[in-house]
Amino acid sequence: MSPSVPLQEMIRAIRSARTQCEERGVIQRECAAIRAQFRQSDNGGRSHNLAKLLYVHMLGYPAHFGQMECVRMIASPRYSEKRVGYLGAMMLLDEKQDASLLITNSIKNDLSHSNQYVQSLALCTLACMGSAEMCRDLAPEIDRLLRASNSYIKKKAALCAVHIVRKVHDLGELFTPAARSLLAEKNHGVLHGAVVLITELCERNQETLERFRKTVPDLVQIMKGLVISGYSPEHDVAGISDPFLQVRILRLLRILGRNNEGASDAMNDLLAQVATNTDSTKTVGNAVLYETVLTVLHIKSESGLRVLAVNILGRFLLNNDRNIRYIAMISLQKIVGTDHNAVQRHRGTIVDCLKDQDASVKRRALDLSLALVSASNVRSMMKELLLFLSSCPPELRAQAASGIFNAAERYAPSQRWHIDTILHVLTTAGGDVRDETVPNLIQLITNASELHCYTVHKLYRALLTDISQQSLVQVACWCIGEYGDLLLRGECQETEPVQVTEDDVLDALETVLQSHMSSPATRGFALTATMKLSTRITDNVDRIRSIVSIYGSCIDVELQQRAVEYNALFRKYDHMRAAVLERMPVIEKNSPGHTNGESTGEPIKDIQTLKVKQGEPLLPQQPANQVCDLLDLLGGSEVTLQPIPAVGGTAPGLFTNTSSTTGGDLLDLLGGLEPAPPAPAPTVQVYEKAGVALTLSCEKQSDSGLTVTLTASNSTDSDISSFTLQAAVPKSVQLHMKAPSGDSLPARGAAKVTQMVVLNNPNKVNLKMRIRISYSSQGSAFQDTVQIDSFPGLSAAGH
Amino acid sequence: CIRFILIQNRAGKTRLAKWYMQFDDDEKQKLIEEVHAVVTVRDAKHTNFVEFRNFKIIYRRYAGLYFCICVDVTDNNLAYLEGIHNFVEVLNEYFHNVCELDLVFNFYKVYTVVDEMFLAGEIRETSQTKVLKQLLMLQSLE
Repeated sequence: MSPSVPLQEMIRAIRSARTQCEERGVIQRECAAIRAQFRQSDNGGRSHNLAKLLYVHMLGYPAHFGQMECVRMIASPRYSEKRVGYLGAMMLLDEKQDASLLITNSIKNDLSHSNQYVQSLALCTLACMGSAEMCRDLAPEIDRLLRASNSYIKKKAALCAVHIVRKVHDLGELFTPAARSLLAEKNHGVLHGAVVLITELCERNQETLERFRKTVPDLVQIMKGLVISGYSPEHDVAGISDPFLQVRILRLLRILGRNNEGASDAMNDLLAQVATNTDSTKTVGNAVLYETVLTVLHIKSESGLRVLAVNILGRFLLNNDRNIRYIAMISLQKIVGTDHNAVQRHRGTIVDCLKDQDASVKRRALDLSLALVSASNVRSMMKELLLFLSSCPPELRAQAASGIFNAAERYAPSQRWHIDTILHVLTTAGGDVRDETVPNLIQLITNASELHCYTVHKLYRALLTDISQQSLVQVACWCIGEYGDLLLRGECQETEPVQVTEDDVLDALETVLQSHMSSPATRGFALTATMKLSTRITDNVDRIRSIVSIYGSCIDVELQQRAVEYNALFRKYDHMRAAVLERMPVIEKNSPGHTNGESTGEPIKDIQTLKVKQGEPLLPQQPANQVCDLLDLLGGSEVTLQPIPAVGGTAPGLFTNTSSTTGGDLLDLLGGLEPAPPAPAPTVQVYEKAGVALTLSCEKQSDSGLTVTLTASNSTDSDISSFTLQAAVPKSVQLHMKAPSGDSLPARGAAKVTQMVVLNNPNKVNLKMRIRISYSSQGSAFQDTVQIDSFPGLSAAGH
Repeated sequence: CIRFILIQNRAGKTRLAKWYMQFDDDEKQKLIEEVHAVVTVRDAKHTNFVEFRNFKIIYRRYAGLYFCICVDVTDNNLAYLEGIHNFVEVLNEYFHNVCELDLVFNFYKVYTVVDEMFLAGEIRETSQTKVLKQLLMLQSLE
């Protein structure tokens, strides 16, 4: 075997290897040599060999065979060998390896070694990779070192104690008294270690925190010394004396002062002093100021101090250094909820940061800007945000789009502005918006009846320019279908008049139908829109007829089904066509009983297909009670469904679809609309006898669905068991009882039993419920019945 | 608290890796590669802070070496940035105008410097003069 080379030579050899393969060869040879050396007994080159092995390990090659060697070297009396041994231990061993336990004894001996450097090695290794058992064994030693040694050892011991506390939380108690006394030290290193230790102890244990509150005056004193005292060359960094210690003390003060008036008062002056006196031209000063600001904002500081803190953050925002702007925004984000006005003052700067080149800065600026939108500044903010949307990185698009929508919804100054904004977002980032946007927008448009003309003109123009954004295309198709006559009329107050012929419109819709960019859903929209136009245009009905019949043999089943139905409408039911394809009623936003059904464009089209089957002229444009009319028709038209014969074999499928659904499901189809804010569920006591009380609260889930919650409680002195409830309702009402939370009621109301009952009342009969209560108490069985005639939370109309 | 300290060159070779948290060997390797990927694509236009898994990395580039410290999300970024600079200044003094080769050939000494200035995931000694004095003492024991 080749003789082992000195460390430097080996490193040079490895570095001069030109290929990966060569390098591996060199390393393998060296490792073999090292392994052979390890097997021999003590020779002078042991530390070099281990050092070589560690270098190889750093390059990423396996070095496990060196672990035992580390253990042996640690036990050696020579300092150089100990040092490499400990270094090896820190690099090669970790808690999971069994060999790490073997060095516990060596560490223990070394902790009491006469040479302080040996002690420090042991402390260092323990702090780096000490496992829980090792920590438990050696904790008393550390405590001893904390009290009775020189400052060099003390500061290492303090941090070692921090590691121990992190590994084994209970040992915190052991170190508390020593930590307290360390605060009196003058040596900065020891002080630093002590503050870190105390921080760690306080974070883990509430009682320790209480005890250390008394040290706040001492800490304040130390800080004052640091801030006011003159130049101290040893710990000075760019003119600030020991900024690291200052930062740690501020952090500890923050933890001690949180939620505590007394401690916070004691620090007020100090924090004001630090905030005003610290030089902020260099990063160091800003680091201290930042920590001060965080502390001020987290403790119960007086308002003047808070204003000072926010102003400092504002100054940070104007700083040239991007780092500082970034952290300022992080902090502002946290307080924008509480100190909203203070943050508003810096809105301009924040909006400017949207244009920064770093993506993380942009993200923070976006979050903050969205939080700062309010009724007064919404127009200008939205302009900036829309500008941002057009140039923002793709990962932020979805967030920006949804943020803009929320803000627009809350603060829109006018409907036209709202619609414009949404359209703008759809044109720039249509691919990243959520699915509910389409029905939401449609509903918004129908509500703004005076803007129909304007909207459809705008959408038509958008459609002509670009048909790749699916959401936009879907909304455009729907509007053109609905308001095509307004489009063709040509005049409109809000935009310049432009002559649109029927052929143009049909061309546009056909392009959408045929384009490969359109998704199936979009195609469905376009086809239905084309159909609707048949009643709104005069000349080209034949063209529409031909389009519709072409799609009767389309491969896509959904499209084929529609086309066939529309064909049927043309052929056999032409007299009904006008009525069927009339304007849609205004969809009310918060009408009662709308649930959040499927939120795609499908629901609106399904209403259309249902109308095909009704066969009666329906839905005159009545604003209110649309919902009830629909239900009546569905209920009333059970009879009239028969005359419509099966058309093309597909209609019966649809028949069963609707006839099996109850009124509630019809309303589900109107989904995508905002659910009615659930009325606060009032509770009513319906039964009270012999100490057993039953209360009832109900919540309307839909126009015919109701969830009733029954709560039972026991105010007697004895426990009740086998508590069951049975319920009966009128015949047409469907009842479904969910599992109760339990069947025993402990005495004196210690716990309650709740049971949910889901009712479905499609026929809107007067809702009554009879409940039978049975339970056993003190060995005997009880039974009782109660009838409930009126349900709280239901309107007087008795739905 | 600090989770780990890494010194890497632009090519991704590790010059120093000090771990203050328990990781398996293959996890360590993966972390090294991830940090390298995240840090080397950034240039002067970016901040010195990067969100990384559920921690954050404070880094600074000196010539061809990236000094990265991975800390908790709640820590003070600027303070650790200064900590990195403090450390680099000590290295500079100790090796007399340090360059990458110094760190390569004297890697065990670099570990000693790290252990003098950082311990148990916290900054330990901040006074450069004190640290240098200790290092010279240790060197004389060799």
